[in-house]
Amino acid sequence: MGLMDRHALIEKNATLLLVGSLLVVTVGGIVEIAPLFYLDNTIEKVEGMRPYSPLELAGRNIYVREGCYLCHSQMIRPFRDEVERYGHYSLAAESMYDHPFQWGSKRTGPDLARVGDRYSNSWHVQHLTDPRSVVPESIMPSYAFLKDTPIEVKDFSTHLVANRRVGVPYSDDMIANANADLMAQADPNADTSGLEKRYPKAKVGDFDGNPQQVTEMDALVAYLQMLGTLVDFKNYDEAAGYR
Amino acid sequence: MKFGTEIVLLGLFAFAALVAAGFGVDEPFRQHMWVLFFAVAGFAVILLRNSDFKPAAPIDPDAYMDGPIRYGAIATVFWGVVGMLVGVIIALQLAYPHLNIQPWFNFGRLRPVHTSGVVFAFGGNALICTSLYVVQRTCRARLFGGNLAWFVFWGYQLFIVMAATGYLLGITESREYAEPEWYVDIWLTIVWVAYLLLFLGTILKRKEPHIYVANWFYLSFIVTIAMLHVVNNLSMPASFLGSKSYSAFSGVQDALTQWWYGHNAVGFFLTAGFLGMMYYFVPKQVNRPVYSYRLSIIHFWALIFLYIWAGPHHLHYTALPDWAQTLGMVFSVMLWMPSWGGMINGLMTLSGAWDKIRTDPIVRMMVAAIAFYGMSTFEGPMMSIKTVNSLSHYTDWTIGHVHSGALGWVGLITFGAIYYMVPKLWNRERLYSLRLVTWHFWLATLGIVVYAAVMWVSGIMQGLMWREYDEQGFLVYSFAETVAAMHPYYVMRAAGGAMYLAGMLVMAWNVTMTIRGYQRKEQPFPVSVPTLQPAE
Repeated sequence: MGLMDRHALIEKNATLLLVGSLLVVTVGGIVEIAPLFYLDNTIEKVEGMRPYSPLELAGRNIYVREGCYLCHSQMIRPFRDEVERYGHYSLAAESMYDHPFQWGSKRTGPDLARVGDRYSNSWHVQHLTDPRSVVPESIMPSYAFLKDTPIEVKDFSTHLVANRRVGVPYSDDMIANANADLMAQADPNADTSGLEKRYPKAKVGDFDGNPQQVTEMDALVAYLQMLGTLVDFKNYDEAAGYR
Repeated sequence: MKFGTEIVLLGLFAFAALVAAGFGVDEPFRQHMWVLFFAVAGFAVILLRNSDFKPAAPIDPDAYMDGPIRYGAIATVFWGVVGMLVGVIIALQLAYPHLNIQPWFNFGRLRPVHTSGVVFAFGGNALICTSLYVVQRTCRARLFGGNLAWFVFWGYQLFIVMAATGYLLGITESREYAEPEWYVDIWLTIVWVAYLLLFLGTILKRKEPHIYVANWFYLSFIVTIAMLHVVNNLSMPASFLGSKSYSAFSGVQDALTQWWYGHNAVGFFLTAGFLGMMYYFVPKQVNRPVYSYRLSIIHFWALIFLYIWAGPHHLHYTALPDWAQTLGMVFSVMLWMPSWGGMINGLMTLSGAWDKIRTDPIVRMMVAAIAFYGMSTFEGPMMSIKTVNSLSHYTDWTIGHVHSGALGWVGLITFGAIYYMVPKLWNRERLYSLRLVTWHFWLATLGIVVYAAVMWVSGIMQGLMWREYDEQGFLVYSFAETVAAMHPYYVMRAAGGAMYLAGMLVMAWNVTMTIRGYQRKEQPFPVSVPTLQPAE
């Protein structure tokens, strides 16, 4: 009985067909994905990485909500032109606290992995409000409504707790101060010593130019301004991080 | 009472939605729950109006259950028009950014409506209704589970409505082709398991000893999508009365899980499922047996085994470890062979009946679909080669590739299947018009050719502009200059898409008139008569 004839067994038994095809399709995923949770170079820690501050996380949620990833990548590939255009190629560790990742798959607009500190806050606000007023060639939609939308914070600590449950090391202190930290980061008059201790290198200030209220524009600009700024590549050991 | 239990359950469901709308912790969630409330309550009212206390007519257990399939065929055409219309709109937004209307109709919120609209609403309805059509006829058995098929159909429509309205409200997980948030994902899981039970149950009831090859593909598609959907959507809600959740994995692990899902949404949803469609409707329409039984066995197992490995080619040169990228590339290249196995088996089924390409526009549509399948399953492995990918990644070339597969293969084979099924489902002698099928064929084919060619040019051009250096070693183009250079191509792409949409509208007209029982007076296609050979 040849191999092909034996196949008749499977063709006559739906359970065999179901189980057989399920087994066949699980192999690839197990071999490729499972090791990523153990290999050193995918779980390495790089100095400078910290969880997002509450305001940055709120801004990131707006970035996700508006589908920014559909046109902007956050993944610089190790090519000469990309490194010259955008900065040091992206490390695995730089997205270790990203639930979900925002690497993107299309560059209708430029990569944003290291956009932080490249432009002023007011440039970002102007650009998000009316993109073509600062980049005439731009085809980006306007996000002017962010400026007029106060950020809806009921109990932001639930967001930090959810992140902690999936592995982001938010401390009890961070969770207890979530709402206060969120408001303080966008308030130039607030006492931010606790915030800056919990979230080193956090940018503090009135991002959207309107000190009266904390808007979604504040949050989004705070997020954009921190992108790619946490790891100091002057101190980064290339050899140790070599894949 | 007819629909008694259903009405009570829907009432409870609507009440739960109302409570969630009242107590939701974020504004988009509250709005979304209002949408759910009106959808479910509206459905309950419709059932109430159609309810009565007469004893139900006995059901012939041997008759095929075609009600949900008729609804599915209509839903396929309807969502096809909607999804493609949104596609043309977002194509125009890229050419003319003033067409963005913030916040609900910005490109970033509309784009998932287009992708989910065509993949899951159009493609998903096509797969569900054709699979239920095929499984009954190849097993000679009525659908399993009584009204389960109706639950699958309406449950799936509710998923589509909730997903699409969620995107417009800004409710998204940002996982491409798996954007719906946690509660919509849970609902889809329930519906999908019901679909698996329905399909498998019908196979188990079969009166044919063998399970026909089309059903292998449908079954593996259903079970694999279940696995991919559940694993990729594992996430932690910030609140059970809120729309936001955080994915279980982060960074590299999250990226590969997502593209393991994303590539196999293509591999199983858009390929294996539609191959099942091909294996039934092509032999039926040309009235010839499948070319090779052995080839179907080999390419089935090879295809489902290899496809799962190909995900990492979406992450070439990223922070994903090199070995995983290389593995993904190698398996993607190998995947070329089983893909062409399917193409050969489909095309060669026309052996001895090639003249039908000239005389039967439905066969012509199916053959063009298989040809586009062959073309895009060659282009895909080529683009997965790392060197090629370094140029093509992040550009419109990828978009062009997806559309040659989606418009060419998925679209055309679905149109062929719908044109085949509709007259039979409504007991019509023939379609309203075969001439209109020819119009549809040419509009669609020209639309695809324009679309794909334009995206090749714009993609390769932009990729080259990004890496262009002058003799002093400086980058020649700013990013904004490469965006400006895309404008004429984005206009042409929208024109290609509009042609395809126009073909879809022709189909909607043709199908509507067929269902209503009209036949257009037109010159029939010349049927080729084989030359008689004298007996020797």
